Amino acid sequence: MSRFLLRRVLFGVLVLWLVATTVFLLFFAGPADTVARRLAGPRAPIEVINQIRNTLGLDRPLWDQYLSFLGKLLHGDLGVSFISQTPVTTLIAQSLPGTLWLVFGAAVLWMTAGITGGVLSATKPRGLRDRVTTVLVLAGISLPTFVLGMLMIYLALSVFPWSGLQPGPYVSPLWDFAGFLQVMIMPWICLAVVQAAVYVRLTRGSMLDTLGEDYIRTARAKGAPERRVTYRHGLRAALTPVVTQFGVDIGTLLGGVVVTESVFGLQGLGQLMIRSVRNGDLPVIIGAAILASAFIVIANILVDVAYSFLDPRVRLA
Amino acid sequence: MSLTEASAEAEHIPEQAEAVRGKGPWQLAWERLTRDRAAMVSLGVIAVIVLLALLAPVFAAITGHGPQEAFPATGLTPEGLPVGPGSGFWLGADSLGRDLFVRILYGARISLLVGLLSTLLATLFGVVVGMVAGFYGGWVDGVLARVLDVVLSFPYLLVAIVLVAVLGASVPLMILVIAFFSFAAMARVVRGQTITYKEREFIEAARSMGASKPRTMFVDVVPNLIAPVTVLATLLIPTSIVFEATLSFLGLGVDPRTPSWGAILSDSVDYYRVAPGLLIFPAVMLLLTTLAFNLLGDGIRDALDPRGEGGR
Repeated sequence: MSRFLLRRVLFGVLVLWLVATTVFLLFFAGPADTVARRLAGPRAPIEVINQIRNTLGLDRPLWDQYLSFLGKLLHGDLGVSFISQTPVTTLIAQSLPGTLWLVFGAAVLWMTAGITGGVLSATKPRGLRDRVTTVLVLAGISLPTFVLGMLMIYLALSVFPWSGLQPGPYVSPLWDFAGFLQVMIMPWICLAVVQAAVYVRLTRGSMLDTLGEDYIRTARAKGAPERRVTYRHGLRAALTPVVTQFGVDIGTLLGGVVVTESVFGLQGLGQLMIRSVRNGDLPVIIGAAILASAFIVIANILVDVAYSFLDPRVRLA
Repeated sequence: MSLTEASAEAEHIPEQAEAVRGKGPWQLAWERLTRDRAAMVSLGVIAVIVLLALLAPVFAAITGHGPQEAFPATGLTPEGLPVGPGSGFWLGADSLGRDLFVRILYGARISLLVGLLSTLLATLFGVVVGMVAGFYGGWVDGVLARVLDVVLSFPYLLVAIVLVAVLGASVPLMILVIAFFSFAAMARVVRGQTITYKEREFIEAARSMGASKPRTMFVDVVPNLIAPVTVLATLLIPTSIVFEATLSFLGLGVDPRTPSWGAILSDSVDYYRVAPGLLIFPAVMLLLTTLAFNLLGDGIRDALDPRGEGGR
């Protein structure tokens, strides 16, 4: 177990290093010059551009910039934003709560809906319940997140203005709980609908596999009530792939729910990323990308560990 | 039996054999697919969308509105708001007075082009990489499987955004980026399938007859991969279309002036409360397209694997 963990962590660090290096090279080998020129303004004299390059350290040799970048990274220093001169870590810390609330709030909704839907349609395959769920799932999978979000905003503002729901930046629930709900409910539903579709499919398939196993027949033969067979014997074993997917999704989403945040103007990590891309704010882009990859790497390791607890047949070696 | 009788008999046999010849698996699958009403309707919808995309210049000529031309005099009301659907602008105009209908048709071209080409690329690479990894095994598989792990664990939307930011938005880049992130899913499926086939008797037979590894792969393994690859490829098309629309919506897709569905929707953000058509029409087109491809993909899967539980 500890050897397995060590190997996974080392592999995770390798992935992170690869991501950091790739992103660094992509940006600093190529368009750093363009950035200095853009920051200086369209008609800035060459001296101003050079001065900006000098301030940002863009005139030093590439390997020198890379080494100091890696060194700072190891100390948790992601540099300073080109635009606002704020440390990148501060910007990330400001954007993180919105993303965290969005992801975990939506996760409760989509796990509830997804597992319920999956179980309902797997216990009576090809029945009416199953067909209705299948259609809903297809609609959910086919509907792009941003289109769903825009339709929700349109409905909330033009058709149901009394609902009080509105798009806007994240408000802390400790400061203004009503305002928090006003801006969070729509993004929660939007993200949950899209995710739930995937989980219904996954739970249904996994449940069908599990319910076909011999020990389920044994449980029925022993006279266990159907409800107990479904939930105690079936669902528990069927949840393994669902948990895997959940871990991966949480990891990916924490890195920034780019689309949902942008549609609703939530000001989370994803939107920070998009804004920095538009402004050419390289340190912020790099910092956000590394953080996002870190979430994914950590989530993957946690999933592998959880696997061995859920399914005793899995041995970590 | 005389010789002539025998030859007559021999001539007769093919006809008889013809009469009882069973249907091939592909023919059976096709027949099952044609009986699947949802899949057939989807095929029809896709055909109509393809036709509309091909005929986009014709409609531009009929209406007299180019996809990027603005008509502030006729397309905007005196207050500067976009006009609604009518005889001049069939689906109304957008905020700059451009013809929404014509732009949606040209958008279909972008969506289909990106969706189909990136899926084709992803399929080619995915099949080759997956097959090589699964068939050769050993360290080759070890390296390739790790690479696939890394690609699959990248936050793909973020990476796509970063790449577009560095290299600038263009249609070919978009196709490459989408293909790069879908190929790993394809490769993983193909690898799994190849591993299960590798130990089967017919591969052993091919090897014992002295067939080279590449020959065994392409002649003996590939036909068995056609079914799962077709299904996955059909389902990758809508994913790619949504991916392109999403990037364009975020302003990071194709050149913002290009009429792509995502860009059209993004343009509508400030106006759809006064002109809901700007949101509804492109959204419906996008939804119809992805839904049709998804339904068709499900139909193909059910048709190719009649024993399987559909929709898994």
